[in-house]
Amino acid sequence: MNRNAILALLGVVLLGFVPFVMDDFFINLTSQILCYALFAVSLNLIVGYGGMTSLGHAAYFGIAAYGVTWLHTVAGWGQLSSAIGAVAVATFTAAVFGVLALRASGLSFLMITLALGQIVWGVAYRWVGLTQGDNGMRFPVRPEPLGFNINGATSFYYFSLIVFVVSVYIIWRVVQSPFGAGLRGTKDQPRRMRMLGHNVWMIRWVAFIMSGFWAAIAGLLFVYYQKFVSPYTVSLQQSAEVLLMTILGGAGTLTGPMVGAVIVTLVKNVASSYVERWNALLGLIFVLAVVFMPTGLVPGFRKLWKRRTAPPPASTPALTAKPSTEHAS
Amino acid sequence: MTVNRRTVIKGLGVGVGMAALGAPAVKAQPKPIRVGFMTVKTGPLASGGIQMEQGLALYMKERNNILAGVPVEIVTVDSGGAPAVARTKMQELVERNQISAMIGPLSTQEALALDDYIRETKTPTLSVAAADDMTQRRANPWFVRVTSTSSQCSQVMGDYAAKELKYKRCSTIADDIAYGHEQNAGFQATFETEGGKIVQKLWPPLAVPDYGTYIAQINTKVDGMFAAFAGSNGFRFFRQFNEYGLRNKIPLLGGMTAFDESLLQQMGDDALGLLSVNYYSATIDNPSNKRFVEGMRRDYKVDPGYYAAATYTAGAVLEAALKTAGGGGDKQALMDALRNNKVEDTCRGPVAFDKYGNVIGNVYIRKVAKQDGRLVNAVIKTYENVSQFWNVKAEDFLKNPVYSRDYPPAKFLEN
Repeated sequence: MNRNAILALLGVVLLGFVPFVMDDFFINLTSQILCYALFAVSLNLIVGYGGMTSLGHAAYFGIAAYGVTWLHTVAGWGQLSSAIGAVAVATFTAAVFGVLALRASGLSFLMITLALGQIVWGVAYRWVGLTQGDNGMRFPVRPEPLGFNINGATSFYYFSLIVFVVSVYIIWRVVQSPFGAGLRGTKDQPRRMRMLGHNVWMIRWVAFIMSGFWAAIAGLLFVYYQKFVSPYTVSLQQSAEVLLMTILGGAGTLTGPMVGAVIVTLVKNVASSYVERWNALLGLIFVLAVVFMPTGLVPGFRKLWKRRTAPPPASTPALTAKPSTEHAS
Repeated sequence: MTVNRRTVIKGLGVGVGMAALGAPAVKAQPKPIRVGFMTVKTGPLASGGIQMEQGLALYMKERNNILAGVPVEIVTVDSGGAPAVARTKMQELVERNQISAMIGPLSTQEALALDDYIRETKTPTLSVAAADDMTQRRANPWFVRVTSTSSQCSQVMGDYAAKELKYKRCSTIADDIAYGHEQNAGFQATFETEGGKIVQKLWPPLAVPDYGTYIAQINTKVDGMFAAFAGSNGFRFFRQFNEYGLRNKIPLLGGMTAFDESLLQQMGDDALGLLSVNYYSATIDNPSNKRFVEGMRRDYKVDPGYYAAATYTAGAVLEAALKTAGGGGDKQALMDALRNNKVEDTCRGPVAFDKYGNVIGNVYIRKVAKQDGRLVNAVIKTYENVSQFWNVKAEDFLKNPVYSRDYPPAKFLEN
């Protein structure tokens, strides 16, 4: 664990140096990556740790983005209260949607979240009086947290970085906590967990709400960065994209979704300037990942690394996370 | 080294001499500029985006990449139609490529997402996005639109239907998106001002797989039906409309993109006689358009329509502005030139701009006809110098809410 902490610290320090070595374009891009990475990490809470694959996660992301815009521009609330209000609304929606979606599991769960996500999209798209329909809403000006101006690329980047690091730290603590172990337990052995006296439904529901909450925080970052929100933000495409990030990088690991977010965002925004068929490129990366590293890039490379460093005969390929969760619960 | 009077004079002399020598050289080789071109090459909007690219590529090829004596490099980016990506792409254009102006984006969502970034970076933008408010209630000082607002052309159609066709009762059908709403409302506004009545409005969703249920609802006791569709929807709707045997019962009046040239050849002879309205037609008789249509047929084997003509026109407007502003170095000068110029020679006819940045130009009523064995939208009536406000004063027009599904309110709906 100590080595991981050092690595994490090193990563944060490196991220802190980004503005010194890159131009504004890449600083902005990195801010976006941080936003999507947090979004993917939030989804990973339920997909990776809870085993509940959701195709409607953009709903909470988008509700927070729409919420803060609406509260600030239409209802005239202050920046801070709009942000809190928006996150509250999104989290509450997650709680309600969780009750509905958790009646099922597996494929049915996926379809219910998809349907719920589409309802949110429908509201964003069709309730023109509330959301201005497909023209979208503008968020006039970024907030000034503690009096700091975050309009510049660098200052906004540090703002995103702080939000990101704090959020991921908390998520990491949750994952490491007994609750996190319980969550993994419900994924691998729900019946055993029930036998042990855990309320499986409650654990899943709480995880679902947490996941929605962090998606909402990412949604705030998104709208602060873009200063614009449109139905695209809550579309199925957005939900699918964040799921792709999570699975590509490696669901069930903390860094996996971040790696996925980096790859997807870079391909979408940078590679697409050089490769016309960037969608195909993304597809190809995904196919290769599925073929060679079915658990995702981060676990895949970790395994490669272990195989290279560990003495050859000691390799035990069947070593997965299962035993540890049973100990923990 | 000490600086005495002599060296200063020498230095000055050299400086003046260099300036004198340098001036003609600078004039002969103006600073090359970059122009960003934001289009959509992937996703559902790609067909229009690719036609836009063809139109612009042809214009640049004809000019040998030199506009008004300025070498111009076009930097193309693909936003995929996603607003969030459009923003990053524009940042790339502005911050890394240092563009002097931008052509694009295609969709309204993207244009709105870029709105404040365009203002912030003061980038002259020639967009195709049709949403009325981009040049009305949310007008951006750095924005010009060389094509048409959603309602600009359909307002003409409403007037034409009432005055020329003497229609009294009309129904409408349009894609259920802002673009469809605004086109439809424009038609309704002018048609009802001239004494017509809209008795039915139908709104099929953008991606409806089958128009059958909507066609079954059509009120047949009307003089005509206004159809405002985007993409290939006009073609799909017309085919089913025809199959249901309504073709000869209800005359169809198409919006800007309902019977686009890019779809016309697939529609077959059944389409003969269909009326539509647009700011452009491939049959417009002027030298610039002849060259354009010929080039498009030669290079891409297609007739240009709404999207290709948009960027070809944008090229001409940009060229004229570069001439007036003397290059692309001064963005404010370029922007002023873009807005204040009157460009006589574009493929769509002469264009000028109002103070909101929207084009004032000809709008054509067109009829599908057969010329040299191919279907064309032949111009049957030209409305000259049409403004986005039709014949209403801008200030009065802007006092009303923006055109939408429910505005202007339909007072004569039956059923």
